[in-house]
Amino acid sequence: MSTATAPLTETVTSTLLDFHDVEMTFPDGTVALRGVHLTVDRGEFVSVVGPSGCGKSTLLRIASGLESASHGVAQVDASRIGYVFQDATLLPWRSVQDNVELLAELNGQSKQARRAKADRAIELVGLTGFEKHLPKQLSGGMRMRTSLARSLTLDPELFLFDEPFGALDEITRERLNDELLRLFVEQQFAGLFITHSVSEAVYLSTKVVVMSGRPGTVVRTFDVPFPMPRDPDIRFSPEFAELVGEVSRALREGHR
Amino acid sequence: MVTLQEVTESRAARATSLAVRRTKKRTPATWWQPVVVLALLVGVWWLVAAYYDKSKGLAFLVPYPHLVLQALVNDPTQPTFNQELWQALGRSTTVALTGLAIAIVIGVAWAVLMSQARWLERSLYPYAVVLQCVPILALVPLIGALFGYGFPSRVIVTVMIALFPMVSNTLFGLQSTDKGQRELFQLQGAGRGTRLAKLQLPAALPSIFVGLRTSAGLSVIGAIVGDQFFQRGNPGLGVLIQVTASRLMGPELYATIIVASLLGVAVFLLFGLLGRLAVGRWYDFS
Repeated sequence: MSTATAPLTETVTSTLLDFHDVEMTFPDGTVALRGVHLTVDRGEFVSVVGPSGCGKSTLLRIASGLESASHGVAQVDASRIGYVFQDATLLPWRSVQDNVELLAELNGQSKQARRAKADRAIELVGLTGFEKHLPKQLSGGMRMRTSLARSLTLDPELFLFDEPFGALDEITRERLNDELLRLFVEQQFAGLFITHSVSEAVYLSTKVVVMSGRPGTVVRTFDVPFPMPRDPDIRFSPEFAELVGEVSRALREGHR
Repeated sequence: MVTLQEVTESRAARATSLAVRRTKKRTPATWWQPVVVLALLVGVWWLVAAYYDKSKGLAFLVPYPHLVLQALVNDPTQPTFNQELWQALGRSTTVALTGLAIAIVIGVAWAVLMSQARWLERSLYPYAVVLQCVPILALVPLIGALFGYGFPSRVIVTVMIALFPMVSNTLFGLQSTDKGQRELFQLQGAGRGTRLAKLQLPAALPSIFVGLRTSAGLSVIGAIVGDQFFQRGNPGLGVLIQVTASRLMGPELYATIIVASLLGVAVFLLFGLLGRLAVGRWYDFS
Protein backbone atom coordinates (compact mmCIF):
# COMPACT_ATOMS: atom_id res chain seq x y z
CA MET A 1 0.00 0.00 0.00
CA SER A 2 1.17 3.54 -0.55
CA THR A 3 3.02 5.30 2.19
CA ALA A 4 2.18 8.72 0.78
CA THR A 5 -0.09 9.50 3.71
CA ALA A 6 2.61 8.75 6.28
CA PRO A 7 4.40 11.76 7.78
CA LEU A 8 7.90 12.30 6.44
CA THR A 9 9.56 11.81 9.82
CA GLU A 10 8.48 8.20 9.86
CA THR A 11 10.71 7.32 6.99
CA VAL A 12 13.69 8.66 8.93
CA THR A 13 13.45 6.39 11.97
CA SER A 14 14.06 2.80 11.16
CA THR A 15 13.53 1.31 14.60
CA LEU A 16 9.83 0.78 15.20
CA LEU A 17 10.01 -0.96 18.52
CA ASP A 18 12.72 -0.56 21.12
CA PHE A 19 12.56 -2.31 24.48
CA HIS A 20 15.31 -1.37 26.90
CA ASP A 21 15.68 -3.26 30.17
CA VAL A 22 11.94 -3.89 30.34
CA GLU A 23 10.58 -5.50 33.48
CA MET A 24 7.04 -6.55 34.21
CA THR A 25 5.82 -7.35 37.69
CA PHE A 26 2.16 -8.15 38.13
CA PRO A 27 0.19 -6.91 41.14
CA ASP A 28 0.33 -10.40 42.68
CA GLY A 29 4.13 -10.17 42.72
CA THR A 30 4.79 -12.45 39.76
CA VAL A 31 7.77 -11.25 37.76
CA ALA A 32 6.87 -12.03 34.16
CA LEU A 33 9.73 -10.24 32.41
CA ARG A 34 13.10 -9.04 33.58
CA GLY A 35 15.82 -7.13 31.73
CA VAL A 36 14.35 -7.58 28.28
CA HIS A 37 16.20 -5.88 25.42
CA LEU A 38 14.52 -6.16 22.05
CA THR A 39 14.33 -4.11 18.87
CA VAL A 40 12.25 -4.48 15.75
CA ASP A 41 13.38 -2.45 12.75
CA ARG A 42 11.54 -1.58 9.60
CA GLY A 43 11.74 -4.54 7.24
CA GLU A 44 12.28 -7.02 10.03
CA PHE A 45 10.13 -9.94 11.03
CA VAL A 46 11.07 -10.97 14.55
CA SER A 47 9.79 -14.15 16.16
CA VAL A 48 9.91 -14.79 19.87
CA VAL A 49 10.03 -18.38 21.09
CA GLY A 50 10.07 -19.43 24.70
CA PRO A 51 8.54 -21.87 27.16
CA SER A 52 4.94 -21.45 28.27
CA GLY A 53 4.43 -18.71 30.81
CA CYS A 54 7.69 -16.92 30.05
CA GLY A 55 5.92 -13.64 29.36
CA LYS A 56 6.03 -13.73 25.56
CA SER A 57 2.48 -12.50 25.32
CA THR A 58 3.17 -9.85 27.92
CA LEU A 59 5.79 -8.44 25.55
CA LEU A 60 3.10 -7.88 22.94
CA ARG A 61 0.70 -6.44 25.46
CA ILE A 62 3.31 -3.89 26.45
CA ALA A 63 4.13 -3.14 22.81
CA SER A 64 0.47 -2.54 21.98
CA GLY A 65 -0.17 -0.39 25.02
CA LEU A 66 -2.60 -2.80 26.66
CA GLU A 67 -0.20 -2.92 29.61
CA SER A 68 2.68 -0.74 30.65
CA ALA A 69 6.05 -1.99 31.78
CA SER A 70 6.75 -1.71 35.48
CA HIS A 71 10.36 -0.81 34.78
CA GLY A 72 12.52 0.10 31.79
CA VAL A 73 11.73 1.84 28.54
CA ALA A 74 9.35 0.41 25.97
CA GLN A 75 9.33 2.69 22.98
CA VAL A 76 7.13 2.13 19.98
CA ASP A 77 7.47 4.49 17.00
CA ALA A 78 4.64 3.20 14.89
CA SER A 79 1.36 5.02 14.57
CA ARG A 80 -0.50 2.12 13.03
CA ILE A 81 -0.18 -1.12 14.95
CA GLY A 82 -1.92 -4.33 13.97
CA TYR A 83 -2.64 -6.91 16.66
CA VAL A 84 -3.64 -10.47 15.90
CA PHE A 85 -4.85 -12.40 18.91
CA GLN A 86 -4.50 -16.07 19.74
CA ASP A 87 -8.16 -16.58 18.88
CA ALA A 88 -9.71 -14.99 15.84
CA THR A 89 -11.86 -12.86 18.24
CA LEU A 90 -14.47 -12.27 15.55
CA LEU A 91 -17.87 -10.92 16.51
CA PRO A 92 -20.20 -13.88 15.83
CA TRP A 93 -23.16 -11.71 14.80
CA ARG A 94 -21.21 -9.93 12.07
CA SER A 95 -20.47 -11.28 8.61
CA VAL A 96 -16.90 -11.57 7.36
CA GLN A 97 -17.31 -8.20 5.64
CA ASP A 98 -18.65 -6.46 8.75
CA ASN A 99 -16.00 -8.04 10.97
CA VAL A 100 -13.24 -6.82 8.70
CA GLU A 101 -14.76 -3.34 8.66
CA LEU A 102 -14.93 -3.17 12.44
CA LEU A 103 -11.65 -1.38 13.17
CA ALA A 104 -12.21 1.30 10.54
CA GLU A 105 -15.73 1.68 11.91
CA LEU A 106 -14.39 2.17 15.44
CA ASN A 107 -11.99 4.77 14.09
CA GLY A 108 -14.94 6.70 12.71
CA GLN A 109 -14.22 6.25 9.01
CA SER A 110 -16.90 6.70 6.41
CA LYS A 111 -18.84 3.71 5.16
CA GLN A 112 -17.31 4.09 1.73
CA ALA A 113 -13.73 4.24 3.00
CA ARG A 114 -14.05 1.24 5.25
CA ARG A 115 -15.83 -0.72 2.59
CA ALA A 116 -12.97 -0.17 0.16
CA LYS A 117 -10.40 -1.10 2.79
CA ALA A 118 -12.27 -4.23 3.77
CA ASP A 119 -12.69 -5.34 0.17
CA ARG A 120 -8.99 -5.01 -0.41
CA ALA A 121 -8.02 -6.78 2.82
CA ILE A 122 -10.45 -9.62 2.14
CA GLU A 123 -8.90 -10.01 -1.28
CA LEU A 124 -5.40 -10.01 0.23
CA VAL A 125 -6.16 -12.93 2.52
CA GLY A 126 -8.03 -14.80 -0.21
CA LEU A 127 -11.53 -14.67 1.23
CA THR A 128 -13.26 -13.06 -1.73
CA GLY A 129 -16.63 -14.74 -2.16
CA PHE A 130 -17.04 -15.34 1.58
CA GLU A 131 -17.97 -11.76 2.55
CA LYS A 132 -21.51 -12.65 3.59
CA HIS A 133 -20.54 -15.70 5.62
CA LEU A 134 -20.88 -15.69 9.39
CA PRO A 135 -17.90 -16.79 11.51
CA LYS A 136 -19.68 -19.99 12.54
CA GLN A 137 -19.82 -21.01 8.87
CA LEU A 138 -16.04 -20.74 8.49
CA SER A 139 -13.23 -23.18 9.21
CA GLY A 140 -10.61 -22.30 11.81
CA GLY A 141 -8.15 -21.27 9.10
CA MET A 142 -10.67 -19.01 7.41
CA ARG A 143 -11.54 -17.37 10.71
CA MET A 144 -7.89 -16.60 11.24
CA ARG A 145 -7.70 -15.14 7.73
CA THR A 146 -10.65 -12.92 8.58
CA SER A 147 -8.87 -11.81 11.72
CA LEU A 148 -5.74 -11.06 9.68
CA ALA A 149 -7.78 -9.11 7.14
CA ARG A 150 -9.34 -7.08 9.95
CA SER A 151 -5.89 -5.97 11.15
CA LEU A 152 -4.70 -5.36 7.59
CA THR A 153 -7.36 -2.65 7.17
CA LEU A 154 -5.26 -0.56 9.56
CA ASP A 155 -2.42 -0.69 7.05
CA PRO A 156 -0.09 -1.40 9.97
CA GLU A 157 3.55 -0.41 10.12
CA LEU A 158 4.08 -2.80 12.98
CA PHE A 159 2.19 -6.06 13.15
CA LEU A 160 1.98 -7.92 16.46
CA PHE A 161 1.04 -11.61 16.40
CA ASP A 162 0.20 -13.51 19.57
CA GLU A 163 0.51 -17.20 18.60
CA PRO A 164 -2.12 -16.73 15.91
CA PHE A 165 -1.83 -20.16 14.32
CA GLY A 166 -1.34 -22.21 17.49
CA ALA A 167 -4.82 -23.72 17.39
CA LEU A 168 -4.72 -24.72 13.72
CA ASP A 169 -3.79 -28.04 12.21
CA GLU A 170 -0.35 -28.45 10.67
CA ILE A 171 -1.38 -28.15 7.01
CA THR A 172 -3.51 -25.05 7.50
CA ARG A 173 -0.77 -23.57 9.61
CA GLU A 174 1.88 -24.06 6.93
CA ARG A 175 -0.36 -22.55 4.30
CA LEU A 176 -1.06 -19.52 6.46
CA ASN A 177 2.67 -19.18 7.14
CA ASP A 178 3.25 -18.89 3.39
CA GLU A 179 0.49 -16.34 3.04
CA LEU A 180 1.83 -14.33 5.94
CA LEU A 181 5.26 -14.28 4.29
CA ARG A 182 3.69 -13.08 1.05
CA LEU A 183 1.84 -10.31 2.93
CA PHE A 184 5.04 -9.35 4.72
CA VAL A 185 6.85 -8.92 1.42
CA GLU A 186 3.95 -7.14 -0.30
CA GLN A 187 2.71 -4.92 2.51
CA GLN A 188 6.10 -4.07 4.02
CA PHE A 189 5.11 -4.10 7.66
CA ALA A 190 7.48 -5.05 10.43
CA GLY A 191 6.41 -8.07 12.44
CA LEU A 192 6.74 -9.25 16.00
CA PHE A 193 5.51 -12.82 16.15
CA ILE A 194 5.03 -14.96 19.23
CA THR A 195 5.01 -18.72 18.75
CA HIS A 196 5.64 -22.05 20.39
CA SER A 197 6.93 -23.60 17.19
CA VAL A 198 10.63 -23.24 16.48
CA SER A 199 10.34 -24.23 12.83
CA GLU A 200 7.53 -21.74 12.29
CA ALA A 201 9.69 -19.04 13.89
CA VAL A 202 12.70 -19.84 11.72
CA TYR A 203 10.64 -20.13 8.55
CA LEU A 204 8.82 -16.81 8.98
CA SER A 205 11.46 -14.58 10.47
CA THR A 206 14.47 -12.49 9.71
CA LYS A 207 15.39 -12.74 13.39
CA VAL A 208 14.50 -15.29 16.08
CA VAL A 209 14.61 -14.32 19.75
CA VAL A 210 14.81 -17.07 22.36
CA MET A 211 13.45 -16.37 25.81
CA SER A 212 14.07 -18.15 29.11
CA GLY A 213 11.48 -19.40 31.55
CA ARG A 214 9.94 -17.06 34.11
CA PRO A 215 11.00 -14.40 34.72
CA GLY A 216 11.36 -14.19 30.96
CA THR A 217 14.42 -12.62 29.47
CA VAL A 218 16.14 -12.80 26.10
CA VAL A 219 18.79 -15.53 26.18
CA ARG A 220 19.83 -15.55 22.53
CA THR A 221 19.09 -13.94 19.21
CA PHE A 222 19.54 -15.68 15.87
CA ASP A 223 19.70 -13.98 12.51
CA VAL A 224 17.96 -16.02 9.84
CA PRO A 225 20.05 -15.82 6.67
CA PHE A 226 17.52 -17.15 4.15
CA PRO A 227 16.38 -14.56 1.59
CA MET A 228 12.88 -13.12 1.22
CA PRO A 229 10.56 -13.97 -0.49
CA ARG A 230 11.18 -17.32 1.07
CA ASP A 231 11.10 -20.55 -0.87
CA PRO A 232 8.71 -23.02 0.85
CA ASP A 233 11.15 -25.82 0.07
CA ILE A 234 13.72 -24.23 2.31
CA ARG A 235 11.99 -26.09 5.14
CA PHE A 236 13.47 -29.32 3.82
CA SER A 237 17.03 -28.07 3.47
CA PRO A 238 19.85 -29.10 5.83
CA GLU A 239 20.67 -25.44 6.61
CA PHE A 240 17.11 -24.90 7.81
CA ALA A 241 17.21 -28.06 9.93
CA GLU A 242 20.51 -27.00 11.43
CA LEU A 243 19.23 -23.57 12.45
CA VAL A 244 16.05 -25.08 13.90
CA GLY A 245 18.27 -27.43 15.88
CA GLU A 246 20.38 -24.57 17.22
CA VAL A 247 17.35 -22.53 18.24
CA SER A 248 15.81 -25.57 19.92
CA ARG A 249 19.01 -26.19 21.84
CA ALA A 250 19.13 -22.57 23.01
CA LEU A 251 15.50 -22.87 24.03
CA ARG A 252 16.18 -25.97 26.07
CA GLU A 253 19.22 -24.42 27.76
CA GLY A 254 17.30 -21.26 28.57
CA HIS A 255 14.57 -23.32 30.11
CA ARG A 256 16.88 -24.91 32.63
CA MET B 1 -6.98 -17.38 -2.58
CA VAL B 2 -9.10 -20.07 -1.08
CA THR B 3 -7.50 -23.39 -1.60
CA LEU B 4 -9.16 -26.64 -2.38
CA GLN B 5 -8.91 -27.99 1.11
CA GLU B 6 -10.65 -25.04 2.65
CA VAL B 7 -13.40 -25.14 0.09
CA THR B 8 -13.92 -28.79 0.94
CA GLU B 9 -13.85 -27.90 4.61
CA SER B 10 -16.53 -25.30 4.18
CA ARG B 11 -18.55 -27.74 2.12
CA ALA B 12 -18.21 -30.23 4.90
CA ALA B 13 -19.37 -27.57 7.35
CA ARG B 14 -22.35 -26.82 5.13
CA ALA B 15 -23.08 -30.53 4.92
CA THR B 16 -23.09 -30.84 8.70
CA SER B 17 -25.36 -27.83 9.02
CA LEU B 18 -27.68 -29.45 6.51
CA ALA B 19 -27.58 -32.61 8.55
CA VAL B 20 -28.49 -30.59 11.62
CA ARG B 21 -31.38 -29.01 9.77
CA ARG B 22 -32.53 -32.44 8.71
CA THR B 23 -32.70 -33.64 12.30
CA LYS B 24 -34.63 -30.47 13.15
CA LYS B 25 -37.13 -31.32 10.42
CA ARG B 26 -38.07 -34.33 12.49
CA THR B 27 -40.09 -31.98 14.76
CA PRO B 28 -43.44 -33.59 13.73
CA ALA B 29 -42.32 -36.45 15.94
CA THR B 30 -42.12 -34.01 18.83
CA TRP B 31 -45.61 -32.56 18.44
CA TRP B 32 -47.78 -35.67 18.11
CA GLN B 33 -46.29 -37.18 21.25
CA PRO B 34 -47.70 -34.45 23.54
CA VAL B 35 -51.00 -34.79 21.71
CA VAL B 36 -51.15 -38.49 22.63
CA VAL B 37 -50.36 -37.55 26.24
CA LEU B 38 -53.16 -34.96 26.12
CA ALA B 39 -55.62 -37.56 24.86
CA LEU B 40 -54.62 -39.89 27.70
CA LEU B 41 -54.95 -37.09 30.24
CA VAL B 42 -58.42 -36.17 28.96
CA GLY B 43 -59.38 -39.85 29.23
CA VAL B 44 -58.22 -40.02 32.84
CA TRP B 45 -59.91 -36.69 33.52
CA TRP B 46 -63.19 -38.06 32.17
CA LEU B 47 -62.93 -41.11 34.44
CA VAL B 48 -62.23 -38.96 37.51
CA ALA B 49 -65.11 -36.64 36.55
CA ALA B 50 -67.43 -39.64 36.24
CA TYR B 51 -66.32 -40.80 39.71
CA TYR B 52 -67.03 -37.39 41.29
CA ASP B 53 -70.34 -37.14 39.48
CA LYS B 54 -71.74 -40.64 40.08
CA SER B 55 -70.24 -41.80 43.41
CA LYS B 56 -69.82 -38.49 45.27
CA GLY B 57 -72.38 -36.22 43.72
CA LEU B 58 -69.87 -33.34 43.57
CA ALA B 59 -69.86 -32.78 39.82
CA PHE B 60 -68.73 -29.14 40.06
CA LEU B 61 -65.38 -30.12 41.67
CA VAL B 62 -64.25 -32.11 38.63
CA PRO B 63 -66.55 -31.30 35.71
CA TYR B 64 -66.63 -33.43 32.57
CA PRO B 65 -64.18 -32.39 29.83
CA HIS B 66 -66.93 -31.76 27.28
CA LEU B 67 -68.70 -29.36 29.66
CA VAL B 68 -65.45 -27.42 30.06
CA LEU B 69 -65.09 -27.30 26.29
CA GLN B 70 -68.65 -26.01 26.11
CA ALA B 71 -67.87 -23.29 28.63
CA LEU B 72 -64.92 -22.29 26.45
CA VAL B 73 -66.85 -22.14 23.21
CA ASN B 74 -70.50 -21.41 23.99
CA ASP B 75 -71.87 -21.85 27.50
CA PRO B 76 -75.56 -22.84 27.47
CA THR B 77 -76.08 -22.31 31.23
CA GLN B 78 -74.18 -18.98 31.49
CA PRO B 79 -74.79 -17.05 28.25
CA THR B 80 -72.68 -14.05 29.32
CA PHE B 81 -69.74 -16.11 30.55
CA ASN B 82 -68.05 -16.50 27.23
CA GLN B 83 -67.87 -12.77 26.59
CA GLU B 84 -66.63 -12.16 30.14
CA LEU B 85 -63.92 -14.76 29.68
CA TRP B 86 -62.47 -13.16 26.54
CA GLN B 87 -62.70 -9.68 28.04
CA ALA B 88 -60.86 -10.93 31.13
CA LEU B 89 -58.24 -12.51 28.89
CA GLY B 90 -57.77 -9.20 27.09
CA ARG B 91 -57.41 -7.28 30.35
CA SER B 92 -54.95 -9.76 31.85
CA THR B 93 -52.93 -9.78 28.64
CA THR B 94 -52.77 -5.98 28.77
CA VAL B 95 -51.57 -6.08 32.38
CA ALA B 96 -49.00 -8.79 31.61
CA LEU B 97 -47.58 -7.06 28.53
CA THR B 98 -47.50 -3.63 30.18
CA GLY B 99 -45.73 -5.09 33.19
CA LEU B 100 -43.35 -7.03 30.95
CA ALA B 101 -42.49 -3.93 28.91
CA ILE B 102 -41.70 -1.98 32.07
CA ALA B 103 -39.68 -4.93 33.44
CA ILE B 104 -37.66 -5.05 30.20
CA VAL B 105 -36.83 -1.35 30.31
CA ILE B 106 -35.96 -1.32 34.01
CA GLY B 107 -34.17 -4.69 33.86
CA VAL B 108 -31.95 -3.82 30.89
CA ALA B 109 -31.16 -0.35 32.24
CA TRP B 110 -30.31 -1.78 35.65
CA ALA B 111 -28.03 -4.41 34.13
CA VAL B 112 -26.34 -1.91 31.79
CA LEU B 113 -25.65 0.35 34.75
CA MET B 114 -24.17 -2.55 36.74
CA SER B 115 -22.01 -3.64 33.82
CA GLN B 116 -20.25 -0.28 33.75
CA ALA B 117 -18.23 -0.74 36.93
CA ARG B 118 -17.48 -3.39 39.52
CA TRP B 119 -18.48 -1.09 42.35
CA LEU B 120 -21.82 -0.36 40.72
CA GLU B 121 -22.48 -4.06 40.35
CA ARG B 122 -21.51 -4.70 43.95
CA SER B 123 -23.75 -1.86 45.14
CA LEU B 124 -26.80 -2.63 43.01
CA TYR B 125 -26.94 -6.39 42.55
CA PRO B 126 -27.97 -7.18 46.15
CA TYR B 127 -31.14 -5.15 45.61
CA ALA B 128 -32.08 -7.27 42.61
CA VAL B 129 -31.78 -10.30 44.87
CA VAL B 130 -33.74 -8.58 47.65
CA LEU B 131 -36.49 -7.76 45.16
CA GLN B 132 -36.59 -11.43 44.25
CA CYS B 133 -36.90 -12.43 47.92
CA VAL B 134 -39.57 -9.97 49.07
CA PRO B 135 -42.82 -11.86 49.57
CA ILE B 136 -45.12 -9.90 47.27
CA LEU B 137 -48.08 -10.76 49.49
CA ALA B 138 -46.47 -8.74 52.29
CA LEU B 139 -46.46 -5.65 50.10
CA VAL B 140 -50.04 -5.99 48.89
CA PRO B 141 -51.70 -3.74 51.48
CA LEU B 142 -49.03 -1.11 50.97
CA ILE B 143 -49.19 -1.15 47.18
CA GLY B 144 -52.98 -1.02 47.37
CA ALA B 145 -52.95 1.95 49.73
CA LEU B 146 -50.40 3.81 47.61
CA PHE B 147 -51.58 3.05 44.10
CA GLY B 148 -55.17 1.94 44.47
CA TYR B 149 -56.72 -1.43 43.84
CA GLY B 150 -56.92 -1.41 40.06
CA PHE B 151 -54.74 -1.53 36.94
CA PRO B 152 -51.63 0.35 38.22
CA SER B 153 -51.22 -1.93 41.22
CA ARG B 154 -51.68 -5.04 39.11
CA VAL B 155 -48.95 -3.81 36.78
CA ILE B 156 -46.63 -3.06 39.70
CA VAL B 157 -47.00 -6.60 41.03
CA THR B 158 -46.34 -7.95 37.53
CA VAL B 159 -43.17 -5.88 37.21
CA MET B 160 -41.90 -7.05 40.59
CA ILE B 161 -42.44 -10.68 39.67
CA ALA B 162 -41.01 -10.45 36.15
CA LEU B 163 -38.05 -8.15 36.76
CA PHE B 164 -35.36 -10.39 38.20
CA PRO B 165 -34.73 -12.70 35.21
CA MET B 166 -34.36 -9.63 33.00
CA VAL B 167 -31.76 -8.10 35.32
CA SER B 168 -29.74 -11.26 35.88
CA ASN B 169 -29.79 -12.55 32.30
CA THR B 170 -28.97 -9.18 30.78
CA LEU B 171 -26.09 -8.70 33.19
CA PHE B 172 -24.79 -12.18 32.44
CA GLY B 173 -24.99 -11.46 28.71
CA LEU B 174 -23.25 -8.11 28.97
CA GLN B 175 -20.41 -9.77 30.83
CA SER B 176 -20.13 -12.67 28.42
CA THR B 177 -17.78 -10.92 25.98
CA ASP B 178 -14.31 -12.39 25.98
CA LYS B 179 -11.14 -10.60 26.90
CA GLY B 180 -9.78 -10.58 23.35
CA GLN B 181 -12.91 -8.89 22.02
CA ARG B 182 -12.79 -6.22 24.70
CA GLU B 183 -9.10 -5.59 24.06
CA LEU B 184 -9.78 -5.30 20.35
CA PHE B 185 -12.08 -2.38 21.14
CA GLN B 186 -9.66 -0.97 23.69
CA LEU B 187 -6.81 -0.98 21.15
CA GLN B 188 -8.88 1.24 18.85
CA GLY B 189 -9.55 3.62 21.71
CA ALA B 190 -13.28 2.84 21.72
CA GLY B 191 -15.19 4.47 24.57
CA ARG B 192 -17.75 2.95 26.91
CA GLY B 193 -20.70 3.88 24.73
CA THR B 194 -19.20 2.35 21.60
CA ARG B 195 -18.21 -0.78 23.45
CA LEU B 196 -21.69 -1.10 24.88
CA ALA B 197 -23.47 -0.54 21.57
CA LYS B 198 -21.21 -2.54 19.29
CA LEU B 199 -19.93 -5.27 21.54
CA GLN B 200 -21.72 -5.83 24.83
CA LEU B 201 -25.36 -5.36 23.83
CA PRO B 202 -25.19 -7.51 20.66
CA ALA B 203 -23.31 -10.17 22.63
CA ALA B 204 -25.95 -10.00 25.35
CA LEU B 205 -28.93 -10.43 23.01
CA PRO B 206 -29.14 -14.24 23.27
CA SER B 207 -29.25 -14.19 27.04
CA ILE B 208 -31.56 -11.16 27.05
CA PHE B 209 -34.00 -13.23 25.02
CA VAL B 210 -33.63 -16.17 27.39
CA GLY B 211 -34.47 -13.81 30.25
CA LEU B 212 -37.32 -12.33 28.25
CA ARG B 213 -38.89 -15.73 27.73
CA THR B 214 -38.77 -16.47 31.45
CA SER B 215 -40.01 -13.01 32.37
CA ALA B 216 -42.84 -13.25 29.85
CA GLY B 217 -44.09 -16.43 31.54
CA LEU B 218 -43.76 -14.77 34.94
CA SER B 219 -45.61 -11.66 33.75
CA VAL B 220 -48.70 -13.78 33.11
CA ILE B 221 -48.46 -15.17 36.63
CA GLY B 222 -48.00 -11.62 37.89
CA ALA B 223 -51.06 -10.38 36.02
CA ILE B 224 -53.29 -13.11 37.44
CA VAL B 225 -51.95 -12.86 40.98
CA GLY B 226 -52.16 -9.06 40.81
CA ASP B 227 -55.74 -9.41 39.68
CA GLN B 228 -56.59 -11.50 42.70
CA PHE B 229 -54.89 -9.07 45.09
CA PHE B 230 -56.48 -5.96 43.62
CA GLN B 231 -60.02 -6.73 42.69
CA ARG B 232 -61.49 -3.31 42.00
CA GLY B 233 -62.21 -2.26 38.47
CA ASN B 234 -62.80 -4.56 35.54
CA PRO B 235 -62.10 -8.21 36.27
CA GLY B 236 -59.22 -10.04 34.66
CA LEU B 237 -58.63 -13.78 34.61
CA GLY B 238 -57.60 -13.87 38.28
CA VAL B 239 -60.87 -12.32 39.43
CA LEU B 240 -62.83 -14.57 37.14
CA ILE B 241 -61.12 -17.62 38.65
CA GLN B 242 -62.07 -16.52 42.16
CA VAL B 243 -65.64 -15.65 41.22
CA THR B 244 -66.30 -18.91 39.37
CA ALA B 245 -64.68 -20.90 42.19
CA SER B 246 -66.76 -19.24 44.91
CA ARG B 247 -69.96 -19.75 42.93
CA LEU B 248 -69.15 -23.44 42.36
CA MET B 249 -69.22 -22.93 38.58
CA GLY B 250 -67.05 -25.96 37.81
CA PRO B 251 -66.86 -25.93 34.00
CA GLU B 252 -66.42 -22.12 33.91
CA LEU B 253 -63.66 -22.28 36.53
CA TYR B 254 -61.80 -24.94 34.56
CA ALA B 255 -62.27 -23.02 31.32
CA THR B 256 -60.75 -19.90 32.90
CA ILE B 257 -57.79 -21.85 34.27
CA ILE B 258 -57.16 -23.37 30.86
CA VAL B 259 -57.28 -19.98 29.15
CA ALA B 260 -54.88 -18.56 31.73
CA SER B 261 -52.46 -21.46 31.16
CA LEU B 262 -52.68 -21.09 27.39
CA LEU B 263 -51.90 -17.39 27.75
CA GLY B 264 -48.74 -18.32 29.65
CA VAL B 265 -47.74 -20.90 27.02
CA ALA B 266 -48.50 -18.51 24.15
CA VAL B 267 -46.40 -15.73 25.64
CA PHE B 268 -43.53 -18.15 26.31
CA LEU B 269 -43.62 -19.47 22.74
CA LEU B 270 -43.98 -16.01 21.24
CA PHE B 271 -40.87 -14.68 22.97
CA GLY B 272 -38.95 -17.85 22.21
CA LEU B 273 -39.80 -17.33 18.55
CA LEU B 274 -38.88 -13.63 18.70
CA GLY B 275 -35.51 -14.59 20.17
CA ARG B 276 -34.88 -17.09 17.42
CA LEU B 277 -35.83 -14.55 14.77
CA ALA B 278 -33.60 -11.89 16.29
CA VAL B 279 -30.41 -13.84 16.94
CA GLY B 280 -30.98 -17.38 15.62
CA ARG B 281 -28.96 -16.48 12.54
CA TRP B 282 -25.73 -16.54 14.53
CA TYR B 283 -26.66 -18.08 17.86
CA ASP B 284 -27.94 -21.61 18.48
CA PHE B 285 -30.44 -21.75 21.31
CA SER B 286 -30.47 -25.23 22.72
